[in-house]
Parts: sequence; C-alpha cells; structure tokens
Amino acid sequence: MVDILVIGSGGAGLSAALAAKQMGASVVVAGKSYPTNSQTSMAQGGINAALGNVNEDHIASHIADTVKSGRGLSDEQMVRRMCGDAPHTIAWLDSIGVPFSRLDNDGVGTQSIAQRQMGGASAKRACYAQDYTGLKILHTLYDTCLKKDIDFLDEHYLLNLITKDGTIKGATFLEMRTGEIKQIDAKSVIIATGGYGSIYHGFTTNAYGATGDGIAAALRAGGSISDMEFIQFHPTALKHSSILISESARGEGGYLLNSDGERFIDELKPRDEVARAIFTQMQNGKEVFLDVRHLGVAKLMELLPQEVELCKLHEHVDPACELIPIKPVAHYTMGGIDVDDALEVNGIKGCFAVGECSNAKVHGANRLGGNSLLEITAFGKFAGENAAKHAIYASSKPADNTQLEKDKRYIQEIYTKKSTLNFYTHREEMGRRFYEDVGIIRNNVSLHRMLDEVIAMQTALSKMGIEDKSPTNNTNLTDFLEFTSALLLAPAIISSAIARDESRGAHYKEGFETQDDETFKKHIVIEWNKEATV
Amino acid sequence: MKIKILRSQTNAHQEYSLPDQESTLLGALEHIKSSIDATLTFSAGCRSSVCGTCAVRVNGRSELSCSYKIKDGDIIEPLQYHSVLRDLKVDKHHAKETLRRSQAWLHESREASLSPQDEKRTETQTDCILCDSCYSACPVLAVNPDFLGPFALTRAYRYSTDKRENDVKEIIDHIQTNGVWDCTLCGECTAACPKGIDPKMDITMLRGTSVQHGYEDPSFSQISFGTPDFGGGGFGFDPNAGF
Repeated sequence: MVDILVIGSGGAGLSAALAAKQMGASVVVAGKSYPTNSQTSMAQGGINAALGNVNEDHIASHIADTVKSGRGLSDEQMVRRMCGDAPHTIAWLDSIGVPFSRLDNDGVGTQSIAQRQMGGASAKRACYAQDYTGLKILHTLYDTCLKKDIDFLDEHYLLNLITKDGTIKGATFLEMRTGEIKQIDAKSVIIATGGYGSIYHGFTTNAYGATGDGIAAALRAGGSISDMEFIQFHPTALKHSSILISESARGEGGYLLNSDGERFIDELKPRDEVARAIFTQMQNGKEVFLDVRHLGVAKLMELLPQEVELCKLHEHVDPACELIPIKPVAHYTMGGIDVDDALEVNGIKGCFAVGECSNAKVHGANRLGGNSLLEITAFGKFAGENAAKHAIYASSKPADNTQLEKDKRYIQEIYTKKSTLNFYTHREEMGRRFYEDVGIIRNNVSLHRMLDEVIAMQTALSKMGIEDKSPTNNTNLTDFLEFTSALLLAPAIISSAIARDESRGAHYKEGFETQDDETFKKHIVIEWNKEATV
Repeated sequence: MKIKILRSQTNAHQEYSLPDQESTLLGALEHIKSSIDATLTFSAGCRSSVCGTCAVRVNGRSELSCSYKIKDGDIIEPLQYHSVLRDLKVDKHHAKETLRRSQAWLHESREASLSPQDEKRTETQTDCILCDSCYSACPVLAVNPDFLGPFALTRAYRYSTDKRENDVKEIIDHIQTNGVWDCTLCGECTAACPKGIDPKMDITMLRGTSVQHGYEDPSFSQISFGTPDFGGGGFGFDPNAGF
C-alpha cells in the first residue's frame, strides 16, 4: 500500500507529488497519458505573483483583483492563501530551474523575472516564459520528479475511487496497454485530473482528454461537486480550429475589431465580458478579428512566437500583416470537486482534489488569466502536504476487491455489448449543442432543451458501445469511457445553470441579466442521487 | 484523397479514402476513427503542437499529426526505435528513460542573476515538447539502443548552461557513456525537430564542456579508427528501419 496515490500527471499532480515526497511519503503518480502530455503544456500567458518587478504591485492587489473577478463566489480565505503564497511559489519554480523570461535589471533570483499585463489585473503581474509558460513549468516539474525518483504509472485510466465508510482506500484503473483492470491501494489520494472543457468538443481550446473523468469518479464515490455552471469562454480562439491565442496578445497591445473595422470593447476587461462582447458581435452577423499588426514582426516573434506559427498553420494568416479571425470557445471550468480549506474532498475523507478538477473557490464565477498555473503549483504543493499528513495516521488496511470485481464486470459488459449507435457522432453533437445552448449566453428555454437532449443521450447510451474488441491498447474503449464521464457531468452542468436564475461572471442568462446577490450569492452543490439544490 | 497507414496487426499498409479538403493528419485520423474504422489506434492531445503526444512518420519523416497537412498518397507509419504497441501508438518508456539516465535536471540550485541574454541562451532548447521526433530520426539508435539520443542531450545541455546550476560536472559525468561521443553529428535530429531545436549543436557544445571537465573523445584516446558495424541496416536514412 502506497502512502499517496496521485491521479493525473499534469502540473497539479506533479507539484503535489513533489511536495508529498518531500514530506517523506511514498508516492505513485498514475495518469492516462504521459506526464508531459497534459493540458498544463497548453497554458501560454503566465503565472501571477505580486512580485512588483515591472511596476508597483502588492499581494493585497492580487487578492482584490481575484476576488473582484470571482463576482462574489470566491472564498476570500482561499484566495488569500493562494495569492499570498504566489511569490514563494515563483521562488520555488525558479529554484528548480524554470526558464522564465527575464528583465535586464541585474536583479538576483526572482527579481529579474519578467512580468506582463493580463486582463483584469491592476499591475503587470504574470510571470512568463515567452508564450510557453505552462509547457516550461510542466517540463521542469517533470525533470524534478525524475530527480526525486517519483514513480509513474503511465497509460492508467481511472475507473473508480475506492472508499470504505466515507474514507478513501485507493482507486481502480484500466491499464490501457494490457487491458488489465487493477486496484491501487493508498492511504491518501490526490485527484488532479483536469477540467471538463472537452464536453464542448470542437468548441474548446482544451485537449481531447479534458473530459472530467476525476470529477465524475468523485461524484460516483460520494464526493460533492459544485459551481459546475461556471465555464470560462476564452475570447480569442482561432475561428476554424478553436486553437488558443493567448490573452497576452491583448495584454501586449492587440486590438479586437469587427468586420466593419471597429473596436467594440476594452480588450483588457475580464474574459467573461470580452467573450460576451465578441459573441454579441457574431450574433449580429459580424466577424471578429484580433489585430496585432501594429506590434511589428520583431515584437511578435519575441513575445508570441507560438501564436504566429499557429495562425499561419491553421488559418493561413500572417499576424504581422493580416487580421486573425477568432471566436470565443470553452477554455476553463471553474466548477469541479467541492473541497474544504485543506483541499480535502467534501464527502470523501483522505481524498484531496487540486487544479482544474477541483473547486477550491479561488476563481469564483470567472477565473483571471495567470491564476490557473498559480493554483496548480501553489495548491498542488498544499494538497501534497495535506495528503502526506493524512497518510501518517490513516489505516493501512487495504480495501477488499469489491470495486475491482465490479469494474471488471463493467468493462466486460462494454466488450460484449452490441453497438448500434456511434458514440463519436453523439460526442460531436453534444459539443456543438453545448456551445449553442449552454454557451456564452444562455436562457432557460435553451437549457431545458439541452437537458432533454442529454437525458435522451443517456438513455441511448445503452445502444452505444465499442466496435474495437481488442483487449489491449484499445483507444476506442477509453474514448467511450471519456464520453460516459462527460455524459455523467452534462446534466449537472445544465441543471446548475437552470437553477441559477441570474447572471454572474461566466454564467450569463437572458431574462435574468443582473447579479442577484440576495438569492444566488452561493454555490450550487451536487451530490450523487440527490437533486440540485441551491 | 487517399492515404496509407501501417497497421500493426497485419504489418501492412491500409489505404483510407478521405474527403478532398485541407486537413491536418490528426483531423484525418480522427475522421477515420470516428466514422470509418474504430480500430485504428493512435495518440493525440492538444491539437496545437505543444503536448508532444502525436508524432508519427509521414513518408519517412517525423511529423506532428496535428500540424502536418495531408497530401494524396501519404504513407503514415509509427515512430522508429520505439516498440509499437498498436498501429501508430508506440511505447515511449525506453526513450523517456534517457532523461533519467542522463540526469537532465538541475542538480544543485544556487541563486543567480539572470538576464534576457541568459534566457535567450536556452530559449529554443526549452521549447522541447518531448514528442520523440528526433529520437525516431536518429540513426545511432539503429545500432546502439542504449544511446542517450538527441532530446535527453539537449535537455542536459540546457541545464548545464543554466547559471542556477552549481554542479555542472554532475551533468557532464552522466552524458559520457552512450552519450555525446556516440553521436555522429549527422543532423537528422535537427531536421526532424518540429520546434526548431538543434540537438546536433547542443551535443557539439556539450563535447566542448566535457573537454573542459577533463573528458576526451574516446575514439581518439583508444586510437581506434575502425568503422562501426551498422549491421547492414545502412547509416543513411531508411524509412523502413525498425520493422
């Protein structure tokens, strides 16, 4: 039995693993791909910390900006913890070798780390590494994990958490290579499995794997989930491929133009407002473009080299001399597994959740750019420490194989079931319909329509299955399992959105365009087999 | 438009017909899997050239599926020098082990004053996404599977020049055996890298640092001028090698 089982090998999982190992715990990291393949690699713009390297800044300002953007749904104590810990977190990342962009100021240590403007920030606060901030943090964390001899179990797909009397005992996995269903016993478990943005399949910046597997597993195991209706739409994704163009493009001075060549919004407002303004233009039949031509080739290549390449490749547009066609798409899920002040899952003792899969209530109704990399590293370490402390006193008696046998039967059923409906078609359909009906601007008619659709899809699930019957390396099977996770979370998202008859942050509802603090300044929490309650 | 994909079960190329429209290879693979043949197996993630999951070989060249635009007649095969798990999905463990063996990390951290020039020195090297394209292109691995290979050595170089590293020798010590001196400087890795990294140059630089730390080229120290045996596999670029 291992002390700490970390599920998910992105930035949050790796930070947690390093912290737990540092505390002397034995650690295993299990993930459905390889550590550096995770969504963290896609974070471009930066990681916030009030270092004040470029202009005056204070931790208090970072806290205030974050709370303001959260529209009343941030837990100020958690925000204070995260923002207060930010300078230490940057110092830690600097000490393990993250190649941050630098200022020419002869500063020592973190003093020379360059910082840029992001939307909703009152200072230049985002530390960055060109437009590869997430990639470079993730890879440095991985190198450090190798140095610290962390054990990795790659290609392990999470099936279920194992609990006994409300306490975590481990988890079951499908080992994708061999097809073996196995049980890993652990004293503490850290879920770091990422968000559920891929429900918006085809209309999201997210990687294919962001299907909310860990959130679905927590829900099934008796954990609470909350704030599921809050999905951030990133204002600037490429129009045809939904590939992300970083907010730093606007932070560095990029404009938004409509097809009449007019600017229509302050580009540096928080993401919810900018996304809505763009969407409204599109609804009025206008195309929308990002204009960075005035920045010049040299500055573009210095600050946004990745963006320039992606525009050329996927849109046939050279940002140095042409407008970039864009649209807002699903980017980040604020909701997730409901955790307490120690990041322990409400409903499952000894089980912790961190990163996009968790709702630590720092982002509230709308996340600020640069705060997600901060959350995964700062809170990743915090989760690792807390899980290690829990493991010290946890029982070392492993669970029996009830869950394992159940999951073996479940997978066997999928293999024997005849598939008459193609789930890939439904995955596509769900993505498009979610974008239209549970998107940037919602209304109760569209939400109810989509809820009916999702319930019909859940019924139809009995006719869906896998055509590929290979016992090993079966990606048809894992695609199907991911689809079932998304389908489990879909009604939770929609019913939370229906219950919230107001507009707040990323949740904007026609007919209820104002924020109603009296009724709705609270979190909508959902538990298994219980109806959504406000 | 037709493309051919090497299937592992039959060890033969299977032809697929696709709509005549511009598409990335990943878009084509997704289309095949969701509506033509659910058994086709490949790996993918971010769609935007940064997660390193989807590298394959197209007409013998390493490419990221998500950034390569398909053409009629393209032949798609898995990466070389990785054991094929199924179709285009390969086992990356052996390749990833090179990072552990080369100890490519910051050994002993010290506080330093870093400037934009310091950042620039390894900016490109740290763009590495560990897609294994260079590893697949490296002909040394055809004859020496224990060679540390291009990406691990580039990563070792990146840390060796980091001003925050207080123990450069520790890095240099771990890249001597099956390391910098085994490279033939053929440049295939540099040509294959989707991120514009030049491992050949990094390896050359590491040789210089190795000499500064008292190491020398073992082929000279042993005065052995014999040519290595490449097992008839050829030293040049052979798209079918590894099968």
